[in-house]
Amino acid sequence: MARETGIGESRTLRAALIAGSAGFLILFLVLPLAFLASEAFAAGFAAYVRSLGTPDTLAAIRLTLLVAAIAVPANTLFGLAASWCIAKFEFPGKNLLLTLIDLPISVSPVIAGLVFVLIFGAQGWLGPILSAHGIRVIFAVPGLVIATVFVTLPFVARQLIPLMQEQGLAEEECALVLGATGWQTFWRVTLPNIRWALLYGVLLCNARVMGEFGAVSVVSGHIRGATMTMPLQVEALYQDYNVVAAFALASLLALLALITLVIKRLLEWSHQGEIGSAGSA
Amino acid sequence: MLPGFAPTLGLTLFVLSVLVVIPLGGLFVKASGLSLAQDAALLATPRVASAFRLSFGLAFAAALLNGFAGIFIAWVLERYRFPGRRALDALVDLPFALPTAVAGITFAALYAHNGWIGALLQPFGVQVSYTRVGIFLALVFVGLPYVIRSVQPVLADLEREAEEAALTLGAGSAQILARVIAPPLIPALLTGMALAFARGVGEYGSVIFIAGNMPGLTEILPLVIVIRLEQYDYAGAALLASVMLVASFVVLLAINLLGLWSRRRHGA
Repeated sequence: MARETGIGESRTLRAALIAGSAGFLILFLVLPLAFLASEAFAAGFAAYVRSLGTPDTLAAIRLTLLVAAIAVPANTLFGLAASWCIAKFEFPGKNLLLTLIDLPISVSPVIAGLVFVLIFGAQGWLGPILSAHGIRVIFAVPGLVIATVFVTLPFVARQLIPLMQEQGLAEEECALVLGATGWQTFWRVTLPNIRWALLYGVLLCNARVMGEFGAVSVVSGHIRGATMTMPLQVEALYQDYNVVAAFALASLLALLALITLVIKRLLEWSHQGEIGSAGSA
Repeated sequence: MLPGFAPTLGLTLFVLSVLVVIPLGGLFVKASGLSLAQDAALLATPRVASAFRLSFGLAFAAALLNGFAGIFIAWVLERYRFPGRRALDALVDLPFALPTAVAGITFAALYAHNGWIGALLQPFGVQVSYTRVGIFLALVFVGLPYVIRSVQPVLADLEREAEEAALTLGAGSAQILARVIAPPLIPALLTGMALAFARGVGEYGSVIFIAGNMPGLTEILPLVIVIRLEQYDYAGAALLASVMLVASFVVLLAINLLGLWSRRRHGA
């Protein structure tokens, strides 16, 4: 048995602390997950599959995949650009820039949706111009993408910046001195150094993109089969008292979250120190 | 000198301006469309005032419980070895990754009268779903990882030698806790609680399903904003959002100051 390192507390106290902590985590994390799975399969496996195959739910899944296919690459590109200029260069106002990048995390998702309604909505600043040209942003897919990108903007950048700051620029400078171009340096030196952190950042960003609820709820308009993403469809099904279908769809999102966590753990074990400071988000 | 500074900084500034600075600035412009008297009148509405108290109060209460429980959980996960430790440790991040709507319907149904826990509480006349207790539990879930994840690395970095030295010098457990372990933990604890609080104030998806959403009783502030928006009261929604944002700014600032204070104190 591994040596336990305490401060001379009694065995009883240890046992009590372990029991209390495990109990708390089981009550808030394990039990809800087990309940979710049990509700999803409450009517049997056939009903589970059938409820996922309804046209509205399939449309919601397709829309979520579409939003993710735009928002995740956009945030990845932003994260790479932001971490490159922040981690590799010194310039005034850097702390302000870091604060701005973090800002979307502390903005309520509802406000994130609201600000874009104020700009692109029918009564918003750009509303008249957009409607004159027949462009719909709010209550349409572009609005969903914009609100989602806002909410998940920091995730890739936050994962990369601390790691790249820690790694410094000696290796890149070496490559340049040896005659590599800027792009070669990025692809052959920087990217291999940050790949695991980047992978985790992208995965976490993806989980957040697919699961975003508050911000997209405000800009979606809730048009069934057209502007409902998976989480919005979960809400709609739940409010229709179609509990089995709601939990079935929710179970897919929960599975995505669990897979993301498992991959994070695997990356931490196999590439310790290469995914940066254990990503709090 | 590394290449690529100008284009990457340019892209970063462009995205931040278009997506973050201008939209949030627009929010304040919209909110300032109302006169101060109108502002005060709106904020003093019983429904709005009660939503403010509810959201800030319960977010604070949830952050307190998370702070208290988080210290113990971080200690147990970091210092003790027991079966299932790794799985529980990995699961702590669940609230970061699980979509809020999924957490919302799960907690609402779990604590409803026919849910696993709700059914147990029913005979005692305890109702959780559609009450403030339900909102509180949802906020505890949402804020659970913050304290644990900010305290854990500090506990891991603590020098065992310092504790052992204190033991050899005759210090008791309580003294070691108070003099050796607690001082570096407190800034991390406060940071974690502040983050959990800020998250809880703005939380929407995990709360609205379990809240019951009774105006003046269990209606949270983000929902009041959504309802204003649905009534096309853009200025009112913008004002409430601005006040909430300013509160979040203050919390963010406090977090940064806490970080500064802790660095200065421990000379890291």
